[in-house]
Parts: sequence; C-alpha cells; structure tokens
Amino acid sequence: MLPLIAQPAGLLPAREQMAVSLGWHIVLAAFGAAFPAMIFVMHLRGLRGNETCLRLAQRWSKVAAVLFAIGAVSGTVLSFEMGLLWPGLMGRFGDVLGLPFAFEGLSFFTEAIFLGIYLYGWDRLPRWLHLWALVPMMAAGVFGTYCVVSANAWMNMPSGFTLTASGEVVDVHPWRAMFNGRAFLQFAHMWLAAYMLVGFVVAAVYATGMLRGRLDEHHRQGLTVPLVFASVAAILQPVVGHVLGMALGDIQPTKLAAFELATTTEQPAPLRIGGLLIDGQARGYLEIPRWGSFIARGSFNKPVQGLDAFPAQDLPPVNVTHIAFQSMVGIGTLLALAVTVYWVLRWRGHDLIRRRWALRCLVVAGPLAVLALESGWVATEVGRQPWTVFGVLRTVQAAGDNPGLWWMFSGVLVVYLGMTVGALVVLRSMARRWRAGEEELPSPYGPAPEKAATR
Amino acid sequence: MTLEIAVAAALFVGVLAYALFAGADFGSGFFDLTAGGPSRGAEMRSLVDHSIGPVWEANHVWLIFCLVTWWTGFPRSFAAMTTTLFIPLALALAGIVLRGAAFAFRKYAPSLGQARLYGAVFAGSSLVTPFFLGTVAGAIASGRVPAEGYGDRWSSWLNPVSLFGGVIAVGTCAFLAGTFLCADAERTGHGGLIDTLRRRTLGVGVITGLVVFAALIPIRQDAPTLARGLERQAAPLIVISAIAGVTTLGLLWRRRFSPARITAVAAVATVISGWGVGQYPWLLVDQVRINDAGGARSTLIGLIIAVGCATVVVLPPLAGLYWFTQSEHLDEADAH
Ligand code: HDD
Ligand code: HEM
Ligand code: HEM
Repeated sequence: MLPLIAQPAGLLPAREQMAVSLGWHIVLAAFGAAFPAMIFVMHLRGLRGNETCLRLAQRWSKVAAVLFAIGAVSGTVLSFEMGLLWPGLMGRFGDVLGLPFAFEGLSFFTEAIFLGIYLYGWDRLPRWLHLWALVPMMAAGVFGTYCVVSANAWMNMPSGFTLTASGEVVDVHPWRAMFNGRAFLQFAHMWLAAYMLVGFVVAAVYATGMLRGRLDEHHRQGLTVPLVFASVAAILQPVVGHVLGMALGDIQPTKLAAFELATTTEQPAPLRIGGLLIDGQARGYLEIPRWGSFIARGSFNKPVQGLDAFPAQDLPPVNVTHIAFQSMVGIGTLLALAVTVYWVLRWRGHDLIRRRWALRCLVVAGPLAVLALESGWVATEVGRQPWTVFGVLRTVQAAGDNPGLWWMFSGVLVVYLGMTVGALVVLRSMARRWRAGEEELPSPYGPAPEKAATR
Repeated sequence: MTLEIAVAAALFVGVLAYALFAGADFGSGFFDLTAGGPSRGAEMRSLVDHSIGPVWEANHVWLIFCLVTWWTGFPRSFAAMTTTLFIPLALALAGIVLRGAAFAFRKYAPSLGQARLYGAVFAGSSLVTPFFLGTVAGAIASGRVPAEGYGDRWSSWLNPVSLFGGVIAVGTCAFLAGTFLCADAERTGHGGLIDTLRRRTLGVGVITGLVVFAALIPIRQDAPTLARGLERQAAPLIVISAIAGVTTLGLLWRRRFSPARITAVAAVATVISGWGVGQYPWLLVDQVRINDAGGARSTLIGLIIAVGCATVVVLPPLAGLYWFTQSEHLDEADAH
C-alpha cells in the first residue's frame, strides 16, 4: 500500500494487534458505559416493589462484575500499547493528546470505586443509598467515553498545536485538543452505539430464553427494559451518524471517497450500495442517483471528491473502509426501522414479543449491533490511513522498530481467546445455576468464610 | 519548585500508591498459591477473595494514572522507556490481564475444577507482574534506558539491579499482603488461619529485608548514581524503613496485627520513596533530568489541574470504599 516509505518492523503486527485489542475492548467498554443505567432502572423498579426487577438487578450486577473486570484489564492493555506499539505517536504528541486520557483515568477511578461499593453493598448499605451508588458510575461512564473518543477525534481532526518547518510540535494547547470540534459529535455517536449494543445484546439473551419456552415475568422484564434503551438509541443513531458524516468532505475527503466508493469526482454524486474496487474500477454496486451527494454533503447537488483527486500514497485501503462503512449504515438503518415498527405496532395493541419470528429477530439484533459498532470503528480507523494523526503523522512514523512484535501479537491472540472462552463459560454457568434456583452463587471454595469460621 | 517537578511528584505519588495498594493485592496471590490443596486451602482462598474483591479494580487504576501522567507530562522519556523495556512491560501486562480475568472468573466458577484452574492462573500471575515491574524500576534506576530510547532489549532488565528489583517487588508485595491478611483474618474471625499467615509473613518479611540490604551491593557497583543518592539524601528514609520493618516483625511476632499494618505500610513506603528520592533529580537515571523532560508547559498545567480534580473527586470516595469494606463486622458479613 505504501511503496515509497520503508516500513518499520513493528508496523504490521502493531496494526493487527491494535485492531484486535481495541475491537475486543470496545465491546466491554460499551457495557461499562451503558449497563449501569440499565441496572439503575431495574434496581429502581425493584425498590418500588417489583421483586422480579430487584432480582434481575442483583443478577445483572454480578454479570457486570465479570464484564467490568475483563473490561478493565483489556483497557490496561490499550494503555500499555499506546507506548509499546506507537512510540512515534506518544513521544511526539503525548503532551498534545494526553490530557483527555488523564481525565479518563479520573473517571475510571470513579467507576471502579463505585462499582466496588455497589457490588459489595447488597444487603450492607441502606437500600436507597445503595441504588445511588450507580449514579457516579453512570456519570463516569459518560465522561470517560467522551474523553477517550475525544482523543480519537483529535487523531481524525488534529488541533491545538503548530508544526514548525522542521517538524517540531510547538504552541501546544491541550484543552483545545481535548475539546476539538469533532469530539462531541463522535462521542454522541459512540455513546448511542454503546446503548444499542448493550440493549440489543441483553434483550437477545432474554429473547433466547423466551424462545425456549420461558415466558415468565422475569424474561419479559429482562427483555423490555434493555429494549427500550436500545430503541431510543437506535432511532437517534442514524441522525447523529448522518450529521457526523456531513463534515467528512471537508475534514477527511479521502475517507469520504472510500466510504462512497467514488473513483472520480462527481457532481451530483450517486449513492453506491455494495460493490468493490477491483483493479481501480468500482464494480458490482447498486446505484441510486444524487443520494450520494445528499448523504455526504447534505444537498442533492454538491460534489463528492473521488479517489483520483488525491496522490496514491495518501489513500486508505478502499474496500475494507467501504464495506465496513456500509455494513454499519445498513445495520443501523435496519435496526432503526425494526424498532420503529415494533413500537408502533405495540402502541396499536399488537405485542410482537408473543411471536416467535419477532423473538428470532431480536436474537439476531444483538450480534448485529456488535457488528455495526465494530464496522463503524474499522471504517473510522482504516479510513484514516495512511495517517495516524490525519495529515500530520503517518502510521509508519508512529510505529516502533521492534521485530519481536509478532510474538506479542500471538500472545495477545491466545490470551484474548482464553478470556473470551472463560467469560462465556462462567457467564453461562451463572445463568444455569440461576435457572436451577440458586441465587447467591457461593464461591466454589465452599461456604462463605464468615460462616465457616463461626461454626 | 518547577512545574516539571510538581508533575513528577504527582507521578511518584501514583507509583507509591500503586505499590502499596495494588502491591497488597498482588501479594495475596502468594498466600493463595501456597494455601495448599482445595479443601485445606479453601478458607485461605475465601479470605483472599473477600479481602481484595471489592477494592482490586480501584487499586489497579493507579497504574493507569501513572502511565497516563508519564506519557502526557514527559512524552519523550515515556517512549524511550517503552521502546527499551518492551519485554518486561509486555510480560507484566500479560500478568495483569491474566490476574484480573482469572480472579473475576474464579469467584463465579461453577466447579471446583475450574476454580482451581483460574485460581492457579490468578495466583501465579500475581507474582509475575510485580517481578517484571520491579525489573523495569531497576532498569531505570541503573541508568539503562537511553534518552533516545531503543536501549538493549535484554541487558536493560536482565542485570543484577533489575533482578534484585524484581525480587524485592515480589517480596514487599507478599509482606504487605500477609500483614493485611493477618489483620483481616483476626477481624473476621478466622482464627485458624492466623498461625499460618503469621508464620509465612514473618518468613517473607525477614527474607525481603535481607534481600533489600543485599541489593545495596550490586547497586553500589552497578548503579552508582542511585547509590550516591541512597547514601546521601535518601539515607534517612532507608533508616526509617529498616526501623519500621523490624518493628513490623516484632508486632507480628507479638500478634499485634492491627498496628503492624501501619508499620508495614511505612516500611514499604519508605523503601520506595528512598528509591525516588535517591534518583532525584533524574527521571531516567544518568540520561534525562526531570526538569529537562517535561512536555509543553500548558499541558503540564493541565495535568496539575487534572490531579487537583482527582484529589477532590476521587480520594474521598476511595477512602469511603476502604472504610466501608474494612469496618464490616462479623454479624453483618453473615447477612449475605
Ligand atoms: C451500533 C453501532 C452503530 C450504528 C447503528 C451506526 N454507527 Fe456510525 N459509527 C459507530 C457505530 C454505529 C461507531 C463504531 O461507534 C463509530 C466509529 C467512530 C465513532 O465515533 O463511532 C461510527 C462512525 C461513523 C462515521 C465515521 C466518522 C468519522 O470517521 O469521523 C460515520 C460517518 C457514521 N458512523 C455514520 C453513521 C450513519 C449514517 C449511521 C446510520 C444508520 C450509523 N453511523 C449507524
Ligand atoms: C471508544 C473507545 C473507548 C471507550 C468508549 C472506552 C471506554 C471505557 C470504559 C467505559 C471503561 C470502563 C470499563 C469498566 O471498568 O467497566 C474502560 C476501561 C478502560 N479503558 Fe477504555 N475505552 C475506549 C478505548 C480505550 C482506549 C483507546 C484506551 C487506551 C488508551 C482505553 C483505556 C482503558 C483503560 C486503561 C481501562 C481500564 C480502567 C480500569 O482499570 O477500570 N480505552 N474503557
Ligand atoms: C477512542 C478510541 C481509539 C483510539 C484513541 C485509537 C487509536 C488508534 C491508534 C493510535 C492506532 C494506530 C495508528 C494507526 O494505525 O493509525 C489505531 C489503529 C487502529 N484502530 Fe483505533 N483507536 C480507537 C478506537 C478503536 C476501536 C474501538 C477499534 C475497533 C475495531 C479500532 C480499530 C483500529 C484498527 C483496525 C486500527 C488499525 C488501522 C490500520 O492500521 O489499518 N480503534 N487506533
């Protein structure tokens, strides 16, 4: 892809590793950002007298304990990787983009402290105080997501510093970097995505149970609360996404060209659905005239710049970017339509949850939301290539020169595979024991230590 | 005091807090590992679960704080460190991931067999992580991280000072954990565990103390800058550490576990501060001075603000968490 610049040994494995570890972390990070609010609603309804909801809140908090633990360690991996994989980025720009990370640390502290208090507080804290321990967690989730997405938005639209002719970074304004013009929108999009992911995934779990014949109040509540969250997010998401995309023509025209599979500049530009770039030609797509201009630029007449308007060494890998982008938009549109249909019908008195095919659709919606989120990130990150900091620092310059990286990458693959399997096994066994009527899930080392001691 | 020094001080406070709080969590892995077979070790493992369960994630964030403060405040030296000490950092990281995940999985493991697997991973990686982080400290303290980075990937941390650093880190973690677990066992009524815990903690304490003083020999030969610092400005700290360490052993011997916690913390805190003060004014010993390493001024100010916010926002609830989990009594613990 980049024949002109020598590739350091650390480049390829670093990219692969970054993709795997971020793609993995982001799913758990979404739980950290969105799950506390859902637990809060459940817990609140429980305190108002609904025993089923209280039990669900209690169970969810145990699930959260497992998910947040592996979320925290996978996030730590990322912090190390920023330095281990991208010394060229951190050495030169650490003081420009570091501040949001510092504030992110603050919100992790808050989240971890109140998670400890909440988990430990069942039956130990006064009931309402216990519920309120979730609020700082929710706030920290929002703030932390803003901070880390702001760092990413800065890489897409760098600001808050000046480069001298010799390439030195001077005149640094870290606050301007942290509150860069792109950050808020990108955060809003990510935040909604988190609610979609968690909402649809949790709803899918209970939909599976209902398909297996467990049609009780427990499953109904467990499905409905997350579905409400997911539905609101799913309906807002295309709007936010569209606004986010509209500025792309000015900020990152190469990314936009790849998103739209635009080989040459056209005015007005059509919308191309599907298709691949083969030997420099776009093939196999479905064309809708003028809509490309509307979606990308907000008007049916504005031009969309094509790939041929840029030097070859400044272009991202087109096919990956295009497919990822369209998967996200396609899934997003589909989910938004589906939840609209569901709620309209429900409002008119038809509850689709009683139908098996609707439950099946819900089961599929969970993985689809995950796929949309992953695709969105792949589109954003791969579409930014060959730049790490757009227009300023190429990825080859950000990478280190470490030939041992393949070893680390292999290790990461093994460990993450193990963690995935471990998490699935443990979570499923928890569900199985709950179904069997065990509520407390005592430690496998027998009775609780206090009891052992007092007897 | 310059801005750089202020940020470096905040960074060092993070290192200290991580070493003390997360250190005690790591150290409990030693007692978990040596607790014996599944039925004999069950009570000890339950105690470990109970003691570090609610706090380990919060304690872990100190590490994130250190990394972030370092790369934001002193970006070039951060890159120099990561490019040189890639291997021990990657191994410590592996330990962190395995420990956290396995600890969480073990708590909800459905069968004893699975619990043993996760437990072994948890306990083993609890020792791996402090060891490699200790070698990193040793590498920096002995001047093996060049200012421009890409120092020797192996000899930078496979050398006497680094290896001693690793062993000392493991030892101090286990010593701290042992003292805390003794107190916890007493408070929550696990009389049966106290004898074992006390004996092992005394053993670990004596050995670690001896290793710390033995380390002074390679430090003098191999890390002259640090050695000079230890003999001059840091000497009082080292003396205090020795006194506190011996006092802790005495208190443990006389089964005064509650005050022993305080002196144990003092002993470890002073050893670590001794290292920090000893290598002052160097950030990377013999290579980069703190005052020359800072990033942009405006960013350093931003960091100070972030640290100020953290002090106000984070410390009170953190103190609350410790108070809440430590003040629990027998009858309440029985409620669940
Ligand atoms: C559940 C997940 C999800 C769904 C349904 C959508 N998105 Fe999205 N999108 C993301 C999850 C996501 C993401 C993974 O969260 C990204 C990556 C970076 C970011 O901040 O959000 C993203 C990025 C992203 C970008 C790239 C911004 C950039 O690179 O600067 C655009 C233009 C859109 N989205 C547009 C849309 C549109 C028009 C959607 C219409 C349906 C849509 N997204 C649905
Ligand atoms: C959009 C991307 C990201 C989002 C939304 C996000 C969000 C989160 C959230 C909500 C948590 C808390 C998890 C929990 O404890 O439950 C978390 C953990 C963490 N994240 Fe991310 N993160 C993202 C990417 C990153 C990146 C790029 C880094 C690396 C620099 C990172 C570093 C961390 C760290 C270190 C933790 C662990 C903190 C702890 O110990 O609790 N995250 N992340
Ligand atoms: C806000 C959080 C994020 C930050 C700060 C961040 C930062 C980075 C950095 C520094 C790189 C390496 C430099 C480069 O290749 O340009 C990178 C690459 C990459 N990241 Fe992200 N990232 C974030 C979120 C994500 C997420 C959630 C994913 C999920 C899939 C992701 C996927 C990738 C991929 C695929 C690459 C490699 C791109 C390539 O080399 O082709 N990123 N990111």
